Amino acid sequence: MPILSIKKLTKSFGGLMAVSNVNIEMEKGELIGLIGPNGAGKTTVFNLLTGIYEPSSGTITFYKDGVGKEIQGLKPHAICKEGVARTFQNIRLFKDLTVLDNVRIAMHKNVKYGLLSSFLHLPSYYREEKEIVEKCIELLKVFNLEHKKNEYAKNLPYGEQRRLEIVRAMATDPKLLLLDEPAAGMNPAESQKLTELIAWLRKEFDLSILLIEHDMSVVMKICERIYVLDHGMVIANGAPEEIKSNRRVIEAYLGEDVNNA
Amino acid sequence: MKKVLESSVTKKIISLSLTFVIVQILIYVNIINSYLQATLATICINIILAVSLNLITGFTGQFSLGHAGFMSIGAYVCAIITMRMSTIQGFILGVLLGAIAAAIVGFLVGLPTLRLQGDYLAIATLGMSEIIRVIFLNMKITNGAAGLSPIPQFVNWPWLFVFTAGTVLLISNFLKSSHGRACISIREDEIAAEAMGINATKYKVIAFTVGAFCAGIAGAVYASYFYFIKPDLFGFLKSIDVLVIVVLGGLGSISGSILAAILLSLISTYLQSFAELRMVLYALILIIIMIFRPQGLMGSKEISLSMFNNLGNRLTFKKGRT
Ligand SMILES: Nc1ncnc2c1ncn2[C@@H]1O[C@H](COP(=O)(O)OP(=O)(O)OP(=O)(O)O)[C@@H](O)[C@H]1O
Ligand SMILES: [Mg+2]
Repeated sequence: MPILSIKKLTKSFGGLMAVSNVNIEMEKGELIGLIGPNGAGKTTVFNLLTGIYEPSSGTITFYKDGVGKEIQGLKPHAICKEGVARTFQNIRLFKDLTVLDNVRIAMHKNVKYGLLSSFLHLPSYYREEKEIVEKCIELLKVFNLEHKKNEYAKNLPYGEQRRLEIVRAMATDPKLLLLDEPAAGMNPAESQKLTELIAWLRKEFDLSILLIEHDMSVVMKICERIYVLDHGMVIANGAPEEIKSNRRVIEAYLGEDVNNA
Repeated sequence: MKKVLESSVTKKIISLSLTFVIVQILIYVNIINSYLQATLATICINIILAVSLNLITGFTGQFSLGHAGFMSIGAYVCAIITMRMSTIQGFILGVLLGAIAAAIVGFLVGLPTLRLQGDYLAIATLGMSEIIRVIFLNMKITNGAAGLSPIPQFVNWPWLFVFTAGTVLLISNFLKSSHGRACISIREDEIAAEAMGINATKYKVIAFTVGAFCAGIAGAVYASYFYFIKPDLFGFLKSIDVLVIVVLGGLGSISGSILAAILLSLISTYLQSFAELRMVLYALILIIIMIFRPQGLMGSKEISLSMFNNLGNRLTFKKGRT
């Protein structure tokens, strides 16, 4: 069963083709890597997928229970409501809010009590707020951040901020999770742990994951398929073994990263 | 019993009733004389204005310079109604319709303008409030530049208390809800908020509409207490006045807004006897506070009863050791 189908996706900024004619097919439950040198257009693909940019042309179809819906051009919040969540490469937490609030905000789309209840704090407010906090704590526990729930997000160490970004995305209850360099800036041990966590998440929450990562060891280890972008174009896609030995990929990377992995 | 006393709702009720009763007694024994009562009314009206503008600017992060416009709508609607229906029912109807009219205008103006960012929004809201002023200046029913008077006076301390406490409670409740957090997340990072499923436009418009509604209440209370209104009272400077209170108290702090509203209302009342010096001193005080506390008196923190508890605990702890 497919979950995502990107067809001829193109985005140009003035004269620059940041993404050009990209096709990506993803099956439900897959963990796919999206790699490529700096400026290849990886983050731009995520921004197109989540509605932050509107594509110049092309279609993005998101499938729920086998039923497809074109989501290109929808507002980001609407795409999130469809079940696509993401993290940001350049961490965009709500810095001056607590860890708990960061996660609670992401649960907003499933909150049922209305404005009246929020002004008057009717029983439905107390009931649901309690549930929200419980759910947040549960999620924070999974990521070992529960003891930091009252800390301001900006005060967390870098690695924990990256993890909180994932918790926040998970709190929106996504079907498709987009991770933009989640291990960036982490030390090898942290990065190793995160890799295991991502693999575990996918199973536990029945997710499909699209992962951008510079650290080849991470991608090669957990992704079953990899798409390689260069200058906005897909230059290769396939299993990690095929990608490693692909001549165009080696050229794009000047050989080093891929061989070291 | 202890549990009941400790629940935040009970605490709120106790501290609010205490405030009400103490002020009522002070009025009764004439410590708060009729001159000070006018100051009290100014304080309450400024609290309503500041807290509601804080919702828009401090919590949702939308820079608005149009609060006086919304206030004037509430004032005129209430004045026009009570001048034709001089009963308490007429007054209540006037406040309600005044607030609703302000909210409707807020909604209609907010829908297109809240797509604008920062400075552009400030200019658009400023323009809107000037347009409203010019409309009131040229309408027959509002009596043009001469304004309306005498407006039947219904507002006394109990009414001031109901509207002020009501506004503060509703807005602080809202901010502690998921919908309120949605507003705050827009201030923090609009793109991230959208990506987490928050409809930014919707929540900006909600904050704007609620803020306008409350400003309408403030205007209605003003008209009914001071029994005279004219368009000039609701000019650009009035919006700036409210903004100054909000910034001084701290963007994103309800208790800060309340504190600053009290402080600035008192200062400007007492400076009234130094007419020439007044604006200079006022400006000077602001500059000094902004140099030493640029985040405002409270930053984005709130005064809470538990703060006093903690302080109390620390003091008793120290005593116990010595
Ligand atoms: N908003 C924008 N306006 C103009 N150019 C942009 C914009 N966003 C991205 N670009 C350009 O598009 C190209 C692709 O950028 P993108 O951020 O998608 O690369 P990336 O593959 O994520 O790189 P990195 O590995 O460094 O994160 C770059 O040349 C970038 O400068
Ligand atoms: Mg990138």
